[in-house]
Amino acid sequence: MNVLEDIGAGVVRNFAYVGGLTEQFWSGVRALPRVLPLLGKRSRWQASIRQMAAIGVAALPMIAVMAASTGMILALQGAAELRRFGALRYVIDLVAVGFTRELGPLLTAIVVSGRSGSAFSAEIGTMVVTSEIDALRTMALDPIEFVLAPKYLAAIVMVPCLTIMCNVFGILAGAGFMYLSTKMALGIYVKYVLDSIYLRDVLGGLLKSLAFATIIVHVGCMEGFKVRGGPEAVGRSTTSAVVRSTFLVILADLFFTAFFYLARLQ
Amino acid sequence: MASPAISVRDLSVSYEGHQVLDRVNLEIRPNEIMVLLGGSGSGKTTLLRQIIGLERPDSGSILIRNVDINNCAPEELKQIRRRIGVAFQESALFNSMTTEENVALPLQELTDVAEPVIEIMVYLTLAAVGLAEARKLMPHELSGGMKKRAAVARAIVMDPDILVFDEPSAGLDPIVSAELDELILFLKKAFRMTILVVTHEISSAFRIADRIAMLYKGSLIAVEDKDRFRGSTDLQIRQFLDRIPDKLGEVPAVQEHLRELSGITGVRE
Repeated sequence: MNVLEDIGAGVVRNFAYVGGLTEQFWSGVRALPRVLPLLGKRSRWQASIRQMAAIGVAALPMIAVMAASTGMILALQGAAELRRFGALRYVIDLVAVGFTRELGPLLTAIVVSGRSGSAFSAEIGTMVVTSEIDALRTMALDPIEFVLAPKYLAAIVMVPCLTIMCNVFGILAGAGFMYLSTKMALGIYVKYVLDSIYLRDVLGGLLKSLAFATIIVHVGCMEGFKVRGGPEAVGRSTTSAVVRSTFLVILADLFFTAFFYLARLQ
Repeated sequence: MASPAISVRDLSVSYEGHQVLDRVNLEIRPNEIMVLLGGSGSGKTTLLRQIIGLERPDSGSILIRNVDINNCAPEELKQIRRRIGVAFQESALFNSMTTEENVALPLQELTDVAEPVIEIMVYLTLAAVGLAEARKLMPHELSGGMKKRAAVARAIVMDPDILVFDEPSAGLDPIVSAELDELILFLKKAFRMTILVVTHEISSAFRIADRIAMLYKGSLIAVEDKDRFRGSTDLQIRQFLDRIPDKLGEVPAVQEHLRELSGITGVRE
């Protein structure tokens, strides 16, 4: 009976969590216009621009190294098999399609979740512990608009940009491999890449990255808002933010990939 | 007689089955300093959080200027919140902003006052709490007492009717604590504010209070003028004022020690 009760309690807890995330998502969407340049207060969109630098610009070196490494790994692994069939050229398709549809958005999401999702949670959790969030509420200021919305705007702008950069670096790593193994010129490589991918692949990847950005920001912020107690609770919230957001990003990726696969069959 | 600035009626709050506040009734008059005393776990911070609208009760109501804050429109609640300044125990200054930016925040966010006017208002407010020279400092560069003063400046910059302090003396040495008490008295006199102070510091309470309310295990056991409160013969009040811990007499080591000190019947400061 205890096992059933535990399962039931777990299901209820997770539904409540998703419900809370959904509620926070709509509050965030409603607050977005108030952080936009020209429409919102200057201090808000200035905060958004600071967040864009933190989420996007500061993450670029890590994204570049990870994408190039993964691109090279994918090319090496693909080549090991394709070479046996004399189909080494298809390494280009593998890297280009793999990155635009899948690896670009996913790698970017994992990096942003680890860097920024945890930072959001730690920042907001600390604000909760030091009563700063309570102070905002007592000043009749909305913490969602003040704290979450600038991060959300920054993420939905910067994560797709980072995804594009991730695709570029991953595909360039493939170019490096093809040059080293077959002396293929960059121009020819790019032509093959453009032949192998469709616009829908790129747009699908960008759509995924928008969804991933939404998940990372809202999970990170929610874990921060949920903090109760002292500094040790802040530490737990950052771990939870990364684990939960990575888990939800992969679930969302599965959903999108299955959807696009079925859409192509139609 | 003027209607109360804050009226708490039959307020009950529980967390996970544990009763934290039990049918509390309290009226705070305009332009008085009410000190809410009580030991740790007596429910005083919960009552404060209820009064400033951060939590909702299980039952009962809280009226600020005759408006029930738990049954009013969100816009009306916003208007009420603008009339209440809160100085939190941890000061709750925003660490990414300077002292003057912290104080300017409510003016920038909630009013259409021009930036040069805001600068003047912030300077005057910081000067009133003795922090004009520290206006460019970041919160981490301020001492504990200065942080509390900055929090007070932020709480009063919107010219509220009601000012609420949560444990203003916590973590301060006696001299800084006494200075803060002087500041609270000055605010009442200069700005004619209604002030609620939640504390467990007895000396500070008697310095600043017009009236004192005492919470004991979630129930309000006294609301008195401070002189009558000082002379109270109520067992719980005497125990608190004379600083005799609840369970002291039940600790075996203390019992043994008391037996050795035959003839001593109580503990005084």
